[in-house]
Amino acid sequence: MDDIRHMTLAQALAGLRAKRFSSVELTQALLGAMEASQRDIHAFVTIDAEGALAQAAEADRRRAAGEEAPLLGAPIAMKDNMNVAGQPCTASSRILEGYVAPYDATVSARLRAAGAVFLGRTNMDEFALGSTTQTSAFGPTENPVARGCIPGGSSGGSAAAVGGGLALAALGTDTGGSIRQPASHCGIVGLKPTYGRVSRYGVVACASSLDQVGPMTKTVEDAALLMDVIAGHDPLDATTLAAPAPRLAGCWEGMDPARPLAGMTLGLPKEYFGDGLDPEVRALTEAAAKRAEALGAALREVSLPHAGFGIPTYYICMTAEVSANLARFDGVRYGLRVPREEVLGQYLATRAQGFGAETKRRILLGTFVLSSGYYDAYYNRAQKVRTLIRRDFEAAFAGCDLLLAPVTPEPAWPLGVYQDDPIRNYLSDVLTVGANLAGCCAIAIPAGATAAGKPVGLQLLGPALGEATLLRAAHALEPR
Amino acid sequence: MAGFDIDRVALLARLALTEDERRIFGAQLETIVAYVDRIAGLETAELDATLHGHAEGAPLRADTPTPGLPLEAVLANAPARVDDEIRMPRVVE
Repeated sequence: MDDIRHMTLAQALAGLRAKRFSSVELTQALLGAMEASQRDIHAFVTIDAEGALAQAAEADRRRAAGEEAPLLGAPIAMKDNMNVAGQPCTASSRILEGYVAPYDATVSARLRAAGAVFLGRTNMDEFALGSTTQTSAFGPTENPVARGCIPGGSSGGSAAAVGGGLALAALGTDTGGSIRQPASHCGIVGLKPTYGRVSRYGVVACASSLDQVGPMTKTVEDAALLMDVIAGHDPLDATTLAAPAPRLAGCWEGMDPARPLAGMTLGLPKEYFGDGLDPEVRALTEAAAKRAEALGAALREVSLPHAGFGIPTYYICMTAEVSANLARFDGVRYGLRVPREEVLGQYLATRAQGFGAETKRRILLGTFVLSSGYYDAYYNRAQKVRTLIRRDFEAAFAGCDLLLAPVTPEPAWPLGVYQDDPIRNYLSDVLTVGANLAGCCAIAIPAGATAAGKPVGLQLLGPALGEATLLRAAHALEPR
Repeated sequence: MAGFDIDRVALLARLALTEDERRIFGAQLETIVAYVDRIAGLETAELDATLHGHAEGAPLRADTPTPGLPLEAVLANAPARVDDEIRMPRVVE
């Protein structure tokens, strides 16, 4: 039965519907692999074996009774920043150690209603602040494909779980690339939906004008299956878009199998192919562009003139919002408290002990750019530069349907490297932050591997609410 | 770029720092602020700010009462409590 854990979500659902195996059997196979891999890969912060098996047994009982639901009995892993009622939710931080979610996030509630089984909580950079999953307070995650290397981050545990055959699929969050970058490093599919397409209610806030929840899966079809469950307006998240979420599963059907991209124009942003790009990443991305052309797409060079300002703009806007959002972790209502006789001392001590170094660094930077005397020069100006970046994307999409680009400038690097060089780490987001700043949708799909066997992803970016076009192209270009 | 006053910012951020953290973060943040300062050269006076990833804003939902979380479920996560209340240090003299 070990091979069932390597199925795609779609294959597993077909097997469950045909009663070739039960949800309990599938869940047991995954739980066994999860537990065996914890010492090496450490993809999970919490494994809820008892809860998962109970949910799987309930799914089997419902199926035996003739019930059906879109994900009935499918085991899913959840990043540790989404509330699942009754499970811990720590955002991989000591300050939330021991917190047990008293309610479901909207994405959890929708997955639960669709019959999903919650396997456990995946490791992440603390509060999603990182690109390597090394800032987790509970230890790093290792890349299951490129062993000895980072899995990427911040959704590195979700990527490692799916890439390592420890979960059929997972959810992640993407503030500046945190779904796409680890997906690329672990050889899986990762979709950052349009800002406002998926509810963040019940998700630990990182940077609220940028955060999106999205699927991390083995195939584009699986990403579509999850999106069809989680996407859509939520009265509990005022930033969700009112427009109905169209069905994405099968949106590629009816395309000419020989030339599925006929009539589609793909733009290659010249700034994303600059000197800092690793030669193997460049070669694999260019090979994917040629493959797109062979499948009928027209290619054209486009420009995003302010791309070079993406990282400074992002690290001002994001840290400002992080400093505000993380102010709630004060030891009062939940989480860690370091008791003191007076309240200011308690705040200072609790936050000093509860947050890790990278979280402190970003809170400090965000507090600085919002502080009196510096607000206009940094935060206010960055929001205006964000307008320039958004306009760049709008101008690019006026002449093409999608953009095609690398996900990351280089393949996964060894664990422990660059840890003392924050700017070096921040620059690894250079090709992904633009989509968040502009509110676009974007997807990472496998493009191949380096000579050393490290996975390399391909990024496709679409305009807001362009998920259907994005998934059609991604489905045509993903490896078969 | 003005000097980065680590003590002022740390107090605003409600973070107690060790001497090592003051030294390390202070130096790193000087470098990071100098890096992000590269947006200073862009002409932005006539631009509107982009505050969100989309232009729809955040419309309010109808103000209809709905049940909240059970008190016990919420208080179960409280670090210190007295009956149905969260215990805190004295905040008024």
